[in-house]
Amino acid sequence: MSTLDSKIPEGPIKDKWTNHKNNIRLVNPANKRLIDVIVVGTGLAGGSAAASLAELGYNVKAFCFQDSPRRAHSIAAQGGINAAKNYQNDGDSIYRLFYDTVKGGDYRSREANVYRLAEVSGNIIDQCVAQGVPFAREYGGLLDNRSFGGVQVSRTFYAKGQTGQQLLLGAYSAMSRQIGKGRIKMYDRHEMLELVIVDGKARGIIARNLITGEIERHSAHAVVLASGGYGNVFFLSTNAMGSNATAAWRAHKKGAYFANPCFTQIHPTCIPRSGEHQSKLTLMSESLRNDGRIWVPKKKEDVLAIREGKKKPTDIPEEDRDYYLERRYPAFGNLVPRDVASRAAKERCDAGYGVNATGEAVFLDFSSAIMRYGREKANMLGEHNASEERIKELGKEVIEAKYGNLFQMYQKITDDNPYETPMMIYPAVHYTMGGLWVDYNLMTTIPGLYAAGECNFSDHGANRLGASALMQGLADGYFVLPYTIGDYLADDIRTGPIPTDTPEFDEAEKSVKERLNKFINNNGKHSVDYYHRQLGNIMWNYVGMARNAEGLKKAISDIRALRDEYHKNVRVPGSADEFNPELEKATRVADFLELGELMAVDALNRNESCGGHFREEYQTEDGEALRDDKNYAYVAAWEWTGDPSEEKLHKEELKFEYIELKTRSYK
Amino acid sequence: MNLTLKIWRQKNKNDKGRLETYQVSNISPDSSFLEMLDVLNEQLINEGKEPVAFDHDCREGICGMCSLYINGEAHGPDRGVTTCQLHMRKFKDGDTIYIEPWRSAAFPVIKDLVVDRSAFDRIMAAGGFVSVNTSGNTQDANNIPIPKDDADKAFDAATCIGCGACVATCKNGSAMLFVSAKVSQFALLPQGKVEATRRVHNMVKQMDEEGFGNCSNTGACEVECPKGISLENIARMNREYLKASIISEDEE
Ligand SMILES: Cc1cc2nc3c(=O)[nH]c(=O)nc-3n(C[C@H](O)[C@H](O)[C@H](O)COP(=O)(O)OP(=O)(O)OC[C@H]3O[C@@H](n4cnc5c(N)ncnc54)[C@H](O)[C@@H]3O)c2cc1C
Ligand code: SF4
Ligand code: FES
Repeated sequence: MSTLDSKIPEGPIKDKWTNHKNNIRLVNPANKRLIDVIVVGTGLAGGSAAASLAELGYNVKAFCFQDSPRRAHSIAAQGGINAAKNYQNDGDSIYRLFYDTVKGGDYRSREANVYRLAEVSGNIIDQCVAQGVPFAREYGGLLDNRSFGGVQVSRTFYAKGQTGQQLLLGAYSAMSRQIGKGRIKMYDRHEMLELVIVDGKARGIIARNLITGEIERHSAHAVVLASGGYGNVFFLSTNAMGSNATAAWRAHKKGAYFANPCFTQIHPTCIPRSGEHQSKLTLMSESLRNDGRIWVPKKKEDVLAIREGKKKPTDIPEEDRDYYLERRYPAFGNLVPRDVASRAAKERCDAGYGVNATGEAVFLDFSSAIMRYGREKANMLGEHNASEERIKELGKEVIEAKYGNLFQMYQKITDDNPYETPMMIYPAVHYTMGGLWVDYNLMTTIPGLYAAGECNFSDHGANRLGASALMQGLADGYFVLPYTIGDYLADDIRTGPIPTDTPEFDEAEKSVKERLNKFINNNGKHSVDYYHRQLGNIMWNYVGMARNAEGLKKAISDIRALRDEYHKNVRVPGSADEFNPELEKATRVADFLELGELMAVDALNRNESCGGHFREEYQTEDGEALRDDKNYAYVAAWEWTGDPSEEKLHKEELKFEYIELKTRSYK
Repeated sequence: MNLTLKIWRQKNKNDKGRLETYQVSNISPDSSFLEMLDVLNEQLINEGKEPVAFDHDCREGICGMCSLYINGEAHGPDRGVTTCQLHMRKFKDGDTIYIEPWRSAAFPVIKDLVVDRSAFDRIMAAGGFVSVNTSGNTQDANNIPIPKDDADKAFDAATCIGCGACVATCKNGSAMLFVSAKVSQFALLPQGKVEATRRVHNMVKQMDEEGFGNCSNTGACEVECPKGISLENIARMNREYLKASIISEDEE
């Protein structure tokens, strides 16, 4: 039944990308000047794509909803970026990164894409260093690495806890150079609200100027969406407040298939929820699991004493602590992949061992690492008889140099000092592996519409490994799209500018204006957040870390009811022709209310557990995910037919020719 | 906690604007300052009034989107944090809190507490980059070792989030701390040194054109900077600038 052509090039996997690049059509420099490309999003994927396409000579129009491209959500990425450089000489290679990523994704990603990602990863680091990205270095002046979950090599490059910031500022400076030259026209504080299709091809967008409220028409020969992930469907997530699905969802409703929507990543180490007015959750980078050990007390009475404040975590002796990851997964210990670590935390907390008042927290403890580093440092300084106190002091300095900003962030939020007492953490929604379906060229099912970065369904299968999203975003933008888009645009060198005074643009603009006016004139009862919070609760309870058929069916009917209620009763103050943040939220939440349902539909369809998608009905005796390769080794790509519950399923069968399908084990 | 808020309300850039008074109650000391404003806004919406517009996105101190002049201090009373990282436990029950936008000729108000900082982007477009193409045909990343100390200093300068607190705090509205952070980052790295002179020249020229004031070395910016960007960067930029003027005189 598949109508999906993934356009994977012929030949052995290690030659596919090179051969493909050699064979695709090019557009000569003089002709590039005649071609316009719209890039929606200026995060790592969009920023790098816009800069690269402009350098090649295309006329680029870039859009973001923040007040500057530098503020895209990528800026918040903390821990690092992977690359198969093997600088540590610990056995890393392109193949191993490829293998780790396919296995980490629980065998639900496309081999050819993942191989290409691993292949270009090294170049990303070269590129970023050339741009002046100040990665962490060793005393010899060479680049330093750390480890991330799910792998046994050190291949993660980093800049303290601000890797995303430094990489994004690199892409932003590359963009700035092109903005200065006039090759990129930057539209900040603009939001894309509709895709315009002319003769079956993506030819433009309708955007709202968020300052004046004006509705604008923008045309181009191709449109790239790099608008990020949709984790905010859950209301509380580690995503920035403005992160949203609107660009992708609008494209979906115009014909772009949406792939694996239910594949959500719940990150194991986030600061637990505190109060009812909480607006977002804060990540504590996975890099902390390099040095932090995760535990809960073995005895229930200790759990209670800690909850009641009668005991401190430091009062619990070593033998009464359950380092449950080290216990269950001796081979990977605290560095198991995220899905595994999150479920293990939930298992302990559900069993009654959660260590805070809500019972939803475990400890992440740095005391061993502080002592280990302290001793090393003392030896380096020749202080062989250093006191316990001195060792601790030196150890803290090392930890501060590695994770200073994360510790500060933690302290500011919780008012606890993590150098002295273990952090409390709990899983939270973090990343979405699902997204717009794309072929090998990153083109969606709409000709001329591309998707890059977190907004496509990408290379991470059912679970993304840490430090691989930054890699993928930059790979897509710097090294893949600049080639593949040319192949498509080669047909457009004689097309000339796309006019915007056509019925297609009229129609798209009209629908946007109607949608906005409906909200403004609704005169409802409750704020947008009031409904968004409820959606978040439904999603977290039934489409979160553990799912089952009954819960998913309930989620579907609850979301439908909430959506009706929302459109009847939401209240949006102010008008459409002014700066109006509530109106921005209203359109985003309307789209979340449809996407959330599709996520549940997809989760209900997938009768297996894989990666971040855990169906309680499908688990092994010791509670591990039970995959069903016979029936579900496919990408589920959904086609909009007018209602989220009526979407049509298309299957892209996944073929594994280079990596054997195995049960994923980290024991 | 119960609080009285005096908040700057301004419909758009042409409106004159004024302080208005609001009450909020039952605020948890563990909530963040922006969550407190969320509560106020929810309250205003329920009363059929217009919520207060303010900029924010990441809410964890890294995107640089949030701003606010709180009780006369950029990013409020706590040190080393942005407004979104400020927590209500820094205030007392019954407090009156004044909340105003950044004030600077180069940052016009858009609405309420939201200002236009695009001048920073234009300074960046004038020279805040290394002129290298993104083709990936660069040399191996480890070909040029960089002394750890230089790399660390470059990193420290590069952690500027472009929030504009330095400008808002400065009595002259100078953007020197922001510009010098970028100039320093690149000047400290071999990759950026090559065009250091041209860069500083172009960025400073753009800074002047945007209407930022002069630096009179009072150092208020360093105190209020949420990222601890150091005044050393300004000294380094001045040295770079001096070199740049000598070279351009030579060229003339
Ligand atoms: C707290 C945190 C830490 C992380 N740490 C790491 C890490 O250490 N390593 C790692 O590999 N990954 C990490 N990730 C994941 C990674 O940061 C993201 O997946 C990645 O940055 C996404 O980049 P992007 O370019 O696809 O989208 P984003 O950076 O989210 O950018 C989206 C862009 O689209 C624009 N946009 C969206 N919708 C519209 C619209 N309708 N109109 C106009 N513009 C629009 C936005 O303005 C923005 O410019 C982390 C994620 C979080 C939340
Ligand atoms: S120097 Fe500091 S205060 Fe100024 S913009 Fe940068 S981070 Fe903000
Ligand atoms: S909202 Fe991002 S720094 Fe405050």
